[in-house]
Amino acid sequence: MENNSASGYWKATLGLLTKILIIWFVVSFGAGILFAPALNSISLGGYPLGFWFAHQGSIYIFIALIFYYAKKMGDIDRQFDVHEE
Amino acid sequence: MDLQTITYLVVGASFALYIGIAIWARAGSTSEFYAAGGSVHPITNGMATAADWMSAASFISMAGLIANMGYGGGLFLMGWTGGYVLLAMLLAPYLRKFGKFTVPQFIGDRFYSKTASTVAVVCLLTASLTYIIGQMTGVGVAFSRFLGVSSETGIYIGMAIVFMYAVFGGMKGITYTQVAQYIVLIAAYLVPAIFISLQLTGNPLPQLGLGSAISGTDTSLLSKLDLVVKDLGFDQYTTSMPGSMLNMFMYTLSLMIGTAGLPHVIMRFFTVPTVKDARSSAGWALVFIALLYTTAPAVAAMAKLNLHATVNQAVGLETTASGNLVVNPEKVKANADLYATESSLQYEQRPDWMKRWEKTGLLKFEDKNGDGRIQYYNDKSKSADAKAKAEAAGWKGNELTVNADIMVMANPEIALLPNWVIALVAAGGLAAALSTAAGLLMAISSAVSHDLVKGVFNPNISDKNELLAGKVSMAVAIVIAGYLGLNPPGFAAGTVALAFGIAASSLFPAIMMGIFSKKMNKEGAIAGMLAGLFITLFYVFAHKGIFFVKGTDFADLIGGPNSFFGITPEAFGAVGAMVNFIVAIVVDKVTKEPPEHIQHMVEAVRIPRGSKLVDGAH
Repeated sequence: MENNSASGYWKATLGLLTKILIIWFVVSFGAGILFAPALNSISLGGYPLGFWFAHQGSIYIFIALIFYYAKKMGDIDRQFDVHEE
Repeated sequence: MDLQTITYLVVGASFALYIGIAIWARAGSTSEFYAAGGSVHPITNGMATAADWMSAASFISMAGLIANMGYGGGLFLMGWTGGYVLLAMLLAPYLRKFGKFTVPQFIGDRFYSKTASTVAVVCLLTASLTYIIGQMTGVGVAFSRFLGVSSETGIYIGMAIVFMYAVFGGMKGITYTQVAQYIVLIAAYLVPAIFISLQLTGNPLPQLGLGSAISGTDTSLLSKLDLVVKDLGFDQYTTSMPGSMLNMFMYTLSLMIGTAGLPHVIMRFFTVPTVKDARSSAGWALVFIALLYTTAPAVAAMAKLNLHATVNQAVGLETTASGNLVVNPEKVKANADLYATESSLQYEQRPDWMKRWEKTGLLKFEDKNGDGRIQYYNDKSKSADAKAKAEAAGWKGNELTVNADIMVMANPEIALLPNWVIALVAAGGLAAALSTAAGLLMAISSAVSHDLVKGVFNPNISDKNELLAGKVSMAVAIVIAGYLGLNPPGFAAGTVALAFGIAASSLFPAIMMGIFSKKMNKEGAIAGMLAGLFITLFYVFAHKGIFFVKGTDFADLIGGPNSFFGITPEAFGAVGAMVNFIVAIVVDKVTKEPPEHIQHMVEAVRIPRGSKLVDGAH
């Protein structure tokens, strides 16, 4: 593999990780903790929204994030031709 | 058939299944013993990881803790699931590409140093052993409660069974055994939860039921619960938080980092065939974990409401002639006076399940005002309103103490479910405790035999002797864990917190920097691990005693309990991890770069191609 595409691959990987980690942080530490008191004034069915993020929502989003990551990484692997044979 | 007989049958059948699988899958070579020959499907691996991960703490204790803590209990829910995102993206695929079997092996190779791998072994053993002690205690409690033996006998039985399938089966035995255990434990958790959600809200999905209105009304379940607990002087359920927001933040972060750094979980990702599978495996694991973790908050809130409704008629649930709890919509809407004399349940009329749990000592009633009725409220409330009402009603203090562990265990009894469901919950609790203990033992045995004996002391050891060393170290670990389970040095929650704190503060940063920083050298990594481990142990021991020995705590010397910005020792792992990162980076700057071939190795670990070449090599 060319050195250029090696650094390009790693840059693309880090870009994806940063994007996902921001969402990861915002839903759990943001919506579930720091902004939970403010979000609680909104309700989602019978749930106050901040409470919902802490007890339910962040978990669902975590799952979605991992599968999104696995899919996107597969794309990046093929784009830089480093996927498994 | 009576409950005791059915329990014996169901628990016995589940054990026969686990042991049968372990014998059927008996491992041959060392590579199969540790990593199941690298041939486990991501979904299978995900289920086994979920069983591995969800211990007695998740199954038995967590919902009870959430019921007590309310909103703040979300730190367990987010902390113990959010770590999988970190694991999937930052560690799992790269460790799979690296292609070895154990965490210390990675650290030793990446930091080209036997010292580094030995430090990693120490961190791993401390974390896994402390964790397993809690499991053995859990095994003992579960056995004693359901099989009617003493808790000591329960621990001995548990030790023997864990030893049998961990030693004779190896990882492959454990992988398929754990799939079976997952199915048993998730069924045991979901069945009663679905019944209760249906009873209270008419919605069969507990996750939706928790956000629904109570049957026949438009009052949401959570708002009714808030109203009841607040009126009785407790903190509002949907907002109450233990300690400060900063502490909740750090606590959640510690559990997340600790989850990603726990060796027995990381090890799972060595056993998938490809890097691609390692990525999705963590997602599948989280799917199976989330089934329980999104149900737990519903179990917590509903059990709490049921408990209040059982002892206080004004809440609006009624006990039918057959002893079942049903919603009375008119009464729910009426919000009658909880402090009225006739609202409190007469002790003589208490339901059978309360009588059963009274015998265990986990539920206690003391008639403080001598009126023959049960008053359950917060007598230490800060709410002046609640205090005044209690005084006016002639209440002389809270009369009912309920151990948090009852919440999950008594759930099927409160809902008057058939005996086989109650027996299933017993089997589920045991499956949770045993599967985690077995996974931890695998991590311990591979660290000792592979990383310490073969890696450091005797590189020429034969396969057979290495396997033997692994089995001996498992046996020793079981004996130590059993001994400490029999003679608990006065800790339960503290043990688990320490395990997460150690993993978070020592192993996670070292592995992560090993992958994401090409220039990180051995001096930096070793100094970081030692600094993170030391500061975390120091803070924990200050609160809980040196090696948890009672009376040796020294919190006063560091300015009193939680003196570091009000952070509790359970939440301190995140601070330890930061110390680890900072020390490692500083030391790395003033010492020399890692050799060229190590930097090439890091480059190779970062790309998936070539993963099959290293498969099985060791």
